[in-house]
Amino acid sequence: MTESTVLTEAPRAQDTPEDRVERNAARAEAVARVAREHAESVDEEGRFPREAIDEARAQGLLAAPVSEADGGLGYSITELCRMLERVGRECTSTAMILAMHHSQTLCLTRHADTEYLREFTRRVATEGLLLASATTEVNIGGDTRTSTCAVRPIGDGRVHLHKTCPVISYGAYADAILVTARASEDAASSDQVLLVVEAAHLELERQRGWDALGMRGTCSESFELDATTRADAMFETLFETISAQTMLPGAHCLWASAWLGMATQAGLTARSVVQKAARKTPGTTPPSALRLAELEVQLQAMTDVVRSSVARYEAAYDDPAACESMQFAIAMNTLKVSGAEAVRRIVGDALVIVGITGFANRSPVSLARLYRDSIGPSLMVNNDRILQHTATMQLVSRGQR
Amino acid sequence: MDSTAVETTVRSVLADQGKLSEDAHSIAVDADLYRAGMTSHASVNVMLGLEDEFDIEFPEERLTKATFTSVQSITEAVEAIRND
Repeated sequence: MTESTVLTEAPRAQDTPEDRVERNAARAEAVARVAREHAESVDEEGRFPREAIDEARAQGLLAAPVSEADGGLGYSITELCRMLERVGRECTSTAMILAMHHSQTLCLTRHADTEYLREFTRRVATEGLLLASATTEVNIGGDTRTSTCAVRPIGDGRVHLHKTCPVISYGAYADAILVTARASEDAASSDQVLLVVEAAHLELERQRGWDALGMRGTCSESFELDATTRADAMFETLFETISAQTMLPGAHCLWASAWLGMATQAGLTARSVVQKAARKTPGTTPPSALRLAELEVQLQAMTDVVRSSVARYEAAYDDPAACESMQFAIAMNTLKVSGAEAVRRIVGDALVIVGITGFANRSPVSLARLYRDSIGPSLMVNNDRILQHTATMQLVSRGQR
Repeated sequence: MDSTAVETTVRSVLADQGKLSEDAHSIAVDADLYRAGMTSHASVNVMLGLEDEFDIEFPEERLTKATFTSVQSITEAVEAIRND
């Protein structure tokens, strides 16, 4: 762990909400600054954004949603999402790693139900652990609510698990991986548990590297995962509950916030280019300003969808019945689809406004990396699969929102 | 239709649509259907089957996992809707 100036500051006696907002913004800004500095090399080399993740750790942000009593920052889902918006403007890979990490920390803060898991949650804060997830599996078609592999007790309070994972983002860099599996060898494919496997207790055999069009720093490689760990590293709460109340809505809110950051940055770049042109022709509105106005329509819509969805999750956060309702599931599904489509369109349209200097890889207003990154959201958990689930629910939904 | 008849019909819809690993006609009335292998996708088909069989519509507030957890919870929900 590196320096942790913000983390170790004593709580202020008179802490106003404004102080908190300001402190949160300063933490996000610190990570954003480091992320911006290294974004290009992370992309070019397709490497893990070590510097920015180290800075997030130093700022206490890897444990942001962990309660202050347990050594974290006690961030709400809204505060987490705002942080991701900011980081998403600078380095997609860093923002997505933080988003995926926090999809896992939320599972711990909301569902840790064994002594080991509660202690592990505190360690996430004290040791600044980075968490990855292995929820997809070969031959399940990306449906995270289905597993083939199973947890097998091997006596002595320990369990063994082998899983063929088509993707574990930053798996090689994580301190622990949260893995789904069938509860036992006799269990149905949908009868799943979630377990925490620390790096020391697992072997990852890399099958395929990650040389992709965008999001190159997420290092989303494929692995054979072999784990032997303690039985109480398994959540007693079934995965279907954790998935419905936390992992799915949490992931979609966090991802969409990172994507909103990407879209926001593209919009800011387009705006700066149009304004520069306007300064050269005072009195005449440049033609590109009309395109910028069109872009603003999309940006405002995306901002409203993402932030209101986050607010909806925040409101339902402590109400399991609301989180498990069909209308909430549909809302969180449509958030992912609309966010993914919106960022792809907005970044593409912004690129057209910026023109050839945005198309260039080496230019202060280049949108090349962001454009490549913006395709990723529609592919990671394919929109069609999410629409398919939504279509099924629509067959009985009464259309309430 | 009395309670027993409703339960029998519920079981027959579950047998057709629930994709359970156990026999829907004999599974315990309070057994967790999700643990018995019913996926959320299958549960929607169960809802559709029930709506057709009983000529009812499940209102939004009943479209929760809890409603479809067991033969008993489904039977109770169907009876409540029919009595509304």
